[in-house]
Amino acid sequence: MLSKEKILQVVAANQPEFVPLPEMNHGCLIEYSDLCAQFKTASENVGATVQRINDIQVLKEELKKEAEAGRFIINTIAGLGTINKQATLLPAARLNQLEKVYIKGTIGVAENAAVWVPESNMLNRLLPFIAEHLVLLLEKKNIVTTLHEAYQRIDISTAGFGVFIAGPSKTADIEQSLVTGAHGARSTKVYILE
Amino acid sequence: MKVALFIPCYIDQFYPQVGIATLQLLKRLGCRVSFPLQQSCCGQPMANSGFATRSKGCDNNFIDNFKHFDYIVAPSGSCVLHIKEHLKSETHPEEAAHIRGTIYELCEFLTDILQVEYIKASFPYKVGWHNSCHGQRGLYLSSMSETVSPEFSKPERLLNMVRGLHLSIPRRKDECCGFGGIFCISEEALSVKMGTDRIKEHELNEVDYISSADVSCLMHIEGILKRNKNNIKTIHIAEILNSKL
Amino acid sequence: MKTTHAALAEKFIANTAQTDWHDRTLWLVRQKRDKAVHTLPEWEILREWASQIKNHTLSQLSEYLSEFEQKAKANGIVVHWAADAEEHNRIIYKIIRKHNIQNIVKSKSMLTEECQLNKYLEQKGIEVVDTDLGERIVQLRKEPPSHIVLPAIHLKKQEVSETFHRYLKTEKGNHDPQYLTEAARQHLRTKFIESQLAITGVNFAVAETGGFVICTNEGNADMGAHIAAVHIACMGIEKIIPKARHLAVFLRLLARSATGQPITTYSSHFQQPGPGQELHIVIVDNGRSKHLGRKDFRNSLKCIRCAACFNTCPVYRKSGGYSYHSSITGPLGAILNPNTDMKASADLPFASTLCGSCSHVCPVKIDIHEQLWKWRQVIVAEGYVSRKKKTGMKIISFVLSRPSFYRFSGKAGRWIMRTFPFLLKNKLNPWFHSREMPEAPKQSFRDWYLKHKP
Ligand code: SF4
Repeated sequence: MLSKEKILQVVAANQPEFVPLPEMNHGCLIEYSDLCAQFKTASENVGATVQRINDIQVLKEELKKEAEAGRFIINTIAGLGTINKQATLLPAARLNQLEKVYIKGTIGVAENAAVWVPESNMLNRLLPFIAEHLVLLLEKKNIVTTLHEAYQRIDISTAGFGVFIAGPSKTADIEQSLVTGAHGARSTKVYILE
Repeated sequence: MKVALFIPCYIDQFYPQVGIATLQLLKRLGCRVSFPLQQSCCGQPMANSGFATRSKGCDNNFIDNFKHFDYIVAPSGSCVLHIKEHLKSETHPEEAAHIRGTIYELCEFLTDILQVEYIKASFPYKVGWHNSCHGQRGLYLSSMSETVSPEFSKPERLLNMVRGLHLSIPRRKDECCGFGGIFCISEEALSVKMGTDRIKEHELNEVDYISSADVSCLMHIEGILKRNKNNIKTIHIAEILNSKL
Repeated sequence: MKTTHAALAEKFIANTAQTDWHDRTLWLVRQKRDKAVHTLPEWEILREWASQIKNHTLSQLSEYLSEFEQKAKANGIVVHWAADAEEHNRIIYKIIRKHNIQNIVKSKSMLTEECQLNKYLEQKGIEVVDTDLGERIVQLRKEPPSHIVLPAIHLKKQEVSETFHRYLKTEKGNHDPQYLTEAARQHLRTKFIESQLAITGVNFAVAETGGFVICTNEGNADMGAHIAAVHIACMGIEKIIPKARHLAVFLRLLARSATGQPITTYSSHFQQPGPGQELHIVIVDNGRSKHLGRKDFRNSLKCIRCAACFNTCPVYRKSGGYSYHSSITGPLGAILNPNTDMKASADLPFASTLCGSCSHVCPVKIDIHEQLWKWRQVIVAEGYVSRKKKTGMKIISFVLSRPSFYRFSGKAGRWIMRTFPFLLKNKLNPWFHSREMPEAPKQSFRDWYLKHKP
């Protein structure tokens, strides 16, 4: 543990005099008149699609149809139908064929289209990334204005893992041309339940 | 109002007409202007090259020349910024502080201190404006594209008072021209490339003149223009504000 | 003699088309950033908060580091400390040996680049696969990244196509970015699935929770970290922030500054190891604690590696990353590198016009251009400039600080220029290489003034 003590000692000796944390008055933050509309615009800007639904039935049926068609789909949302726990624990080589995963997000952020997904919702940390397509379900009442508000509503220390997801996986590493579907999901669709 | 004119060394030596225009303009606007005769240089060339310690002699000479005035005005954002940020004196700290607080670049002096609303000048040409970095980002002569703040430009406000002048702003409105003091020598190729690219944008706008509040930028731009036999001319803002064409 | 920024820049500029493309493309990124930040009226306040949070953190860094370690351990994370690059590499090597690991994937981490981890492991016969698309491209080409956020920005798609054709067997001549990206996806999927160890960087480590956040657009950090049985996250000591709620400030600034996105696609919060996984954190000093003691320069430790200062810098845009001849390029490299190797980096603080654009885009308000100026003073004081420059400066300062001398030499200088212009218009005068000298007037302003004085 020699290095630790050494580092901390030098840091302590060299760190400047105490500087206080800023007062962060949230009164100056941006506001949107229609959070849901703003969330939708922001989502489209980051390459996600958004569909507003009044009834969870829409999603249930979609899921049912896809399952009947014999597709490799995983549902992790209790309200949508049965959850095949076994499937979520398949090895990566098998999940590599996963076509679509349905996961519930707990918070949506209007300013940037980010949806918070804690580990407990995704069941397996890998699912939202390895699936070819990602479907997120978000309740309208859970859309907040900015990340500041989002962090007030979530406690990151309670989940072993959690992620803000905004749109599909993407890259622009070749000549700055935007390509979706780099390593993660090729598409992200968010259903907003009114 | 006792105003001292500070004419940076390269203006004195190579661009006297800029000094003359500045002097005449200030007089026309009612200032009592004098030119301390023993002035030389602000020390910036040394400091920007890493030799700030060697500019002590310049600092002392500057203080000697300029300590007795209400205001000091210079037609160079860059030199003014240097004085504001770096003029020091161990023996005369108060006088140094007084100077740092009362030195102004010409445009800001006109808009902020004299609060000029009208200038009798005419210049019937298309003028491309070049923001000098030190004037803009150092002295805040205008808002900059980097920050989120209300837009303003003291030089543009002044130029808009000139009859017949057609102001033209390049696409990248506040990109550096590549002069950069010692940079123009030590990074010669890059410096010229940067200048050439700025000129290209003004060319697209078909300007007659490129103007700026800093002679150093203009000297560099002019050097490239002339080498390429380009018809665009350079002119300092003081000359425009003082012209009665 | 070591090649300098000026010489490398000159070489880069020689290819005008490529230089103009590089300049235009990065300027576009800067414009995207502008557009994004202008949607937030509170932008400047956010920058101020971020700056103050970082200043506060640096002032309490030892306390926060201890708090972070304690909380991280409680979360089941194994915490290591590395005094320097060598120790960092050794720690990772040990973990690899312990688990007899063969397949390693790595996502973007400037720290591992700084520590030259890949090279170190390579020498031990261990291959690391970089998984960020840009990093994979340059890795296959055996080049270093030229930009901290856009590692392959110096390459054209034709060059990427050739590389992929050679190593990934893509069609010859097909340089459609979509096609090439897809090829990389398939290629790297295999690597992810086989991986036993994932190495990642850390964007923010939260003292309060003992967890950390990694931001990517591609999802490569997550693909690695959630598949491999072992995950090692490497962080510099300056990555700490005090509270979870501070993440809001930094995440709002980071992607907007970097690419103009409102947030990266994935902002992954790691708190505990996954089921059956091992999670390690290596906390690295490598000169940072010393840097913290340099009053004039310490605030560069606030950096969140957004690269906005790169994209805005006209010198960077028009000279390319490689002209900075170091692993961290751009204006950021120019203020960080002299701290670790002043001699090798002595030219970098001079590779700037001090235009100040960097300091004003910087989301954490680092006084980049002022540090460049201050480094120049330090470098001169420590004797890392050429004798010629020194003598020249001595003469200039001697002349300029003595008014009578200055007037004489000014007159003489102008007289010489008027009479024998060729004296100055020669190859040895760098000004004259592509620029005309200013025309010397008959009289100086002072001469005129003396004649016209009231
Ligand atoms: S110095 Fe500032 S602008 Fe540059 S990479 Fe760091 S945080 Fe970004």
